[in-house]
Amino acid sequence: MNPPTTAGHAVYLKAASQLQALSFTAHVPFICFGIALPAIVAYVEWRYLRTGDELYRTIARRWTRIMAALFAIGAVTGTILSFEMGMLWPSFMSTFGSVFGLGFAIEGFSFFLEAIFVGIYVYGWKRFSPRVHFLTALPMIFAGFTGSLMVISVNAWMQHPSGFRLHHGHVYDVHPWAALFGNSFLWNELIHMYVGAFMVAGFLLAMPYAIGRLRGRWSRYERIAFTVPFSIAAIASPLEVLIGDWVARDVATEQPIKLAAIEGLAKTTRGAPEHLLGWYTNGQIKFGIAIPHLLSLLAFHSFNAKVTGLDAVPVAYRPPINITRISFQTMVGIGTGLAVLAMWFLWVRYRHRRLPRQRLFFLAAAAAGPGAITALIAGWMVTEVGRQPWVVYHVMTTAQAVTRAGSVPVSYGVLSAAYVMIAIAAVWILRRLARAPLGGAEDPLERNNQDRQLLGV
Amino acid sequence: MHLYDLPIIAVLIGLALYTILGGADFGAGIWQLVSLLTPASSAEGRGRSRAIREHAHHAIGPVWEANHVWLIFVLTVTWTAYPAAFGALASTLAVPLLFAGVGIIFRGTAYALRSGTAQRRELRIIDGLFSAASFLTPFALGTMVGAIASGRVPKGNAAGNLISSWLNPTSLLAGALAVVLSAYLAAVYLAADADRHDETELAGAFRRRALVTAVIAGAIALAGLPVLHADAHRLYVGLLEGPGLVGVGISLLAGVTTLGLVLARRYGQARISAALAVVGMIVGWALAQQPRLLPDLTVAQAAAPTTTLIAVLIAIGMGIVILFPSLGLLFGLFLRGGFDDQPLAVILAVPTDGGRTRSATVSVRVAIAGLLGGLGFLTFANPPWAHTIGVISLGVCALATLAAVNPTELADLEGASITESPSPPGA
Repeated sequence: MNPPTTAGHAVYLKAASQLQALSFTAHVPFICFGIALPAIVAYVEWRYLRTGDELYRTIARRWTRIMAALFAIGAVTGTILSFEMGMLWPSFMSTFGSVFGLGFAIEGFSFFLEAIFVGIYVYGWKRFSPRVHFLTALPMIFAGFTGSLMVISVNAWMQHPSGFRLHHGHVYDVHPWAALFGNSFLWNELIHMYVGAFMVAGFLLAMPYAIGRLRGRWSRYERIAFTVPFSIAAIASPLEVLIGDWVARDVATEQPIKLAAIEGLAKTTRGAPEHLLGWYTNGQIKFGIAIPHLLSLLAFHSFNAKVTGLDAVPVAYRPPINITRISFQTMVGIGTGLAVLAMWFLWVRYRHRRLPRQRLFFLAAAAAGPGAITALIAGWMVTEVGRQPWVVYHVMTTAQAVTRAGSVPVSYGVLSAAYVMIAIAAVWILRRLARAPLGGAEDPLERNNQDRQLLGV
Repeated sequence: MHLYDLPIIAVLIGLALYTILGGADFGAGIWQLVSLLTPASSAEGRGRSRAIREHAHHAIGPVWEANHVWLIFVLTVTWTAYPAAFGALASTLAVPLLFAGVGIIFRGTAYALRSGTAQRRELRIIDGLFSAASFLTPFALGTMVGAIASGRVPKGNAAGNLISSWLNPTSLLAGALAVVLSAYLAAVYLAADADRHDETELAGAFRRRALVTAVIAGAIALAGLPVLHADAHRLYVGLLEGPGLVGVGISLLAGVTTLGLVLARRYGQARISAALAVVGMIVGWALAQQPRLLPDLTVAQAAAPTTTLIAVLIAIGMGIVILFPSLGLLFGLFLRGGFDDQPLAVILAVPTDGGRTRSATVSVRVAIAGLLGGLGFLTFANPPWAHTIGVISLGVCALATLAAVNPTELADLEGASITESPSPPGA
């Protein structure tokens, strides 16, 4: 374990870290859609197969177009992330690529499979019988799962590295399968992300129809288009609370310093209290609400369990406390709110066999999409910032991994501008797709045929 | 042949496929831009320009993402099997890599944006703004090939020169060649596609473009010989006096054949021989440079430990088993015109059960049982096997709840409840 380098070549560490965080934040909403949207669209198409109701097919086709556009953007933002692995963290790649790279290689195949079947599904609406067309959605759903499995396996390995030995900066005795899949961190991280993806995609997809309801648009089309994604996200939300608790308990045992940062716990304590809100400064939480013993109880299921504090490691090995802590509270706060909203919905469904009537419900439903994506990003901030200063936990620091190339600030500027453009483009496309009618001259999917006819070619 | 040679062969195959398929995609973007920049005085001319742009878009649309993933394949296999080389390349060549990335961003965004509009004016703006970047990616990736081939990337973290490593005669030559090749491959490909649609005029337009770019590509290749002689002598010797000559020969032969086939309007075969010409170039380069990846790093030195190499090869093998049938399906549909709009007669009658409603009580009970199981095994138990049961229980709970909620039925119940209720929604 070498001490973290603060001087010397790590001058671009801050810019590189921020660029990495920005790129990840830009990509992560598209990951969620890539995981969950094929399943949601397939569900509606399945209802069409079961009932023959044309409206289900219409909705599925509409969402297919959204899926195609978002998948296209996700493909390029994901490519940038893979470039950045080497552009920003060459020493990390050089040293450990042979240990974890396999995960990305298999993820590449998953992505490949998803790209192929997105192409087939999107362009196959008029080609296949409904049953066969529905079946082409299944590889997309499968690839969405395996893709996230692979990426999370790499992240879990960074958090909890194993499967290799290190000698003078060179790895040997490498066991890539064990490193990636024999890792206790993998499963809770994976399931937390996978379920979260359904919350993000479901709430965001339901959002425009909730807004429509608030404005008095509530035909059968809007009712179905709201209820399906909202129900899926609402079912995921309370379960995510249980899964999140599982993740946190694993962090408590495997990464105690991260937990200490999450909680702002300066000193190792028995029967540690939990602080809500507030601000960490000079070894304590200011303006927070302390609940005695709760942290020990949550983390170790015991009132007087010992919780490791930040003082267990030198200052240089501590992550930024407030970013980690506030991100965590944001995630938990929003997540709890979404679970409450979901329970409200499920209760009214069960008791009254309808949706809640209150305007507040639809306001909250409209806010749930942005809320869910905020919570997801905050959660990743906890994972990644809370891992600092390590890139490979307790093995390599980010300062050792970062590039010596002076082009980092330029990349930062250029890619920031590109992400602004992508965000504007995504919003523009979604607004257009929401308005464009299906079929006819205004339908972009029908354009090819018409142009050919118009031009007589 | 050693175990450590196998992944690099896979990488080179991936690179060839990316050059052929992804290159044609960027080439299509180049033709979209060229047709916009060519001033059209008449309405007919504008119509032709639009037809070219639409054709370039629609011929690639269904497959561009799949084509694009070959680059991801190349990257991931390289960083797993030859991590030291990847770290050195990506850090020293960070600038062209950034340019390539920007080009890819614009290209993907163009496809996404095009899915959102049918207005001609907007399409023109999208094509103009975003296709412009189609030059960027092939050029930048070409300069990177030039940098590697001329031995300007030493091993280590950004150890090479950040600028001159890719801004040098060999790199500029390779970059220019990559752009022209992309345009050429696209023209052959689009001519074949137009021909398949019996769009003779369009096919003719792309035929002319193919011929012009073929001549330019040949000229650049010839002009490149003295450049290589002066700037990258080792590569020059490897290509013309060493084992690389085989590849050069294949490339030359296939290139000339393609020219003849395009002249004879046999686009389908021209497409294959054009691809072969690219394969020849990559083979030639690889043979000329081997066994070195970087000037101070051989393939053997860069290779990951044996366990990793075996794992990567297994992954590639499994990937091929899944991917090739899928790709076959995609391209089969695509080349046979499967994605062209067909009469709706192919849509069969939908079998239905009339949306029969089932008692939700069972689902609710299963959901509650699943939730309790999850709580017990995931939250209160600690061993990993218990957590597995807990996660499965929660999965069962989720599916049972979905069945109980029955969203589509709920939507219709909601509709019925609104008609009964005195207050309209949103009031």
